[in-house]
Amino acid sequence: MSEAAPATPRSGARPGARAEQFAAWLLALPAMLMMWAMLLGPAVAVLLLSFTDWNFGDPEIPWHGLGNYLELWGDRVFWISLRNTLVYVGISVPATVVLGLGVALLVEGAARGRAFYRAAFFLPVASTLLGMALVWEFMLHPRVGFVNQAVALLGLARQDWLNDPDLALFALAAIGTWQNLGLAMVLFMAGLQAVPRDLYEALAMDGADGAWERFRRVTWPLLGPALVFIMAITAIRSFQVFDTVAVLTEGGPSKSTEVLLYTMVQNGFAFLRSAYGAAITVVLLVFTLLLTLAQTWLLDRRTHYV
Amino acid sequence: MASVALHRVSKSFGATPVLRDVSLAVQDGEFLAILGPSGCGKSTLLRILAGLEGCDSGTVRLGEADVTDVPAKSRNLAMVFQSYALYPHMTVGQNIAVPLQMRRLSTLQRLPLLGRFWAARHRAIAEDVARVAGPLGLGALLQRRPAQLSGGQRQRVALARAMVRDPAAFLMDEPLSNLDARLRAEAREEIIALTRRLGATVLYVTHDQAEAMAMADRVAVMQEGRVLQVAAPQTLYDDPASLAVARFVGSPTMNILPAEIGADGALVVAGTRLALESEARGAVTLGVRPEALRIAAGGVPAEVTRIERLGAEAMLHCAVPGIPETLVARLEPEAAALRSAGERIALLPVRALLFGRDGARLPLRALHPECALV
Repeated sequence: MSEAAPATPRSGARPGARAEQFAAWLLALPAMLMMWAMLLGPAVAVLLLSFTDWNFGDPEIPWHGLGNYLELWGDRVFWISLRNTLVYVGISVPATVVLGLGVALLVEGAARGRAFYRAAFFLPVASTLLGMALVWEFMLHPRVGFVNQAVALLGLARQDWLNDPDLALFALAAIGTWQNLGLAMVLFMAGLQAVPRDLYEALAMDGADGAWERFRRVTWPLLGPALVFIMAITAIRSFQVFDTVAVLTEGGPSKSTEVLLYTMVQNGFAFLRSAYGAAITVVLLVFTLLLTLAQTWLLDRRTHYV
Repeated sequence: MASVALHRVSKSFGATPVLRDVSLAVQDGEFLAILGPSGCGKSTLLRILAGLEGCDSGTVRLGEADVTDVPAKSRNLAMVFQSYALYPHMTVGQNIAVPLQMRRLSTLQRLPLLGRFWAARHRAIAEDVARVAGPLGLGALLQRRPAQLSGGQRQRVALARAMVRDPAAFLMDEPLSNLDARLRAEAREEIIALTRRLGATVLYVTHDQAEAMAMADRVAVMQEGRVLQVAAPQTLYDDPASLAVARFVGSPTMNILPAEIGADGALVVAGTRLALESEARGAVTLGVRPEALRIAAGGVPAEVTRIERLGAEAMLHCAVPGIPETLVARLEPEAAALRSAGERIALLPVRALLFGRDGARLPLRALHPECALV
């Protein structure tokens, strides 16, 4: 009711307010239950599991505290795995972003056949990487593979791409880039289409119509939101690299392609060390969460002008 | 500043002709408005002048030079866009500085970090930006982004960006259409004052005839890709070259009365002989402005259907048997107070324009001293 009548008891101010609030919670309850059960529940379960010493098949769940994390801290394979994952992300994200933007600019500028190019570059995203891994295994074959034939044509030494500890991770990063490129391209193209045409015209009137000035003064700054989103989504996908490692290198040679998710799967499913695997998953989740937070922060503060 | 001219310019988008053999010349220091309904090709005309669009045939001249094949950036024309087209990621100051940076600095000097080695040049640009921004009331807003400004402020930033260098001419594409009515009137005054002071050549595209008439030295009326007439606002109103111009200019629109000229040359409207005559014969069209219709004996019999009392004036809507369109007479409020709907009156045109069946103007003579015909 009104502030002019302070004598009125609060509960009497809005009869039925409490019932209304109760009804609101009641109506929201199913959605909240589903959300907790389906989305937040599993994450919480993994977190709780990582504090236990449970192996798959054990009849009871012993509390282990920070034991798993302490073990991770001392685990040489975990550190190799973390380092490899970061290197993989560090190569594949910039490569995907730069190449994706380049391809998007080229396709966007194409006089015709845009739909074809878009579909072609998107094909690796849509197809299963496990299937495509067959093709890559053949392409990277030391003797008959196309890659080595091309290398030989250029007069360079042939390499055993997937079996050389110095090269295997880079080869996998290249395959990952190849796969994510189409996604980055499609998102960049959407971003490019959102750039108002008249800004380029204003720039031409202001005295600049060269490709570099157009890119630097209009395209690049206005792609900011798309760029941040693409970087975040590519990074998250790259952190989860698994299938190529599993079928092409199995983490080898000599752990040179051991990545977090592969280590997790080995511990959690092959060695049945579920709780230890959960701890690795939590590390992975933390990285994903940090990336998402960074993306939200950047999007909110830096790149939204309008 | 320089003169601007288009000579026999044609342009089609695919199979759709947008400009048909358009010629137009703007004098040095002249404010010319291009007035027309949407889709008449007026914006395309401006974009061809700007160099943002090529033409299929014809030439574009800037001063003495033929600039038909010169790219937009080298024409030294400034444009104010309908959307203002401000760079959203730059501050107001940076927006206004762009044309100066592009013209005064080399590619190397424009680079973000290296550019600092040429501090004096950047300072000179900042001074020029402040000099232009001050009088436009943007002095305190130089650090803001366009998104933080009101519509009127954005419009002034667009003006400042156009004025900061010395362009050969200003091209304005409906620059006021995104402002509310009050701001629009203010901005209109502001643009007139600024361009007068600079002695600027201005091409101003608008669909708003009040804006065109109020601002321009001359108005070019366009329709369906053609320039129908180029004349001073009053001439356009009093002495239109064709029925199309007469109907487009003026609000409320001119009354159109189908008329017949008999063998004796006298004009007959809805069975009433008027004291007007012409050399022409047969079916013609008589155009009468609302303020040129008087209630007087000897006029065309009509019935008042509705009276719009607008305060300073009143509009009498009348039906005449045999004339499909309602006639509108503009009256003083005192005169209108005596009238009521349903009343039978006689409407006498005291000034009128005659048009042939093709819409072209025909000469008309008054037989009665009361009629002062154009």
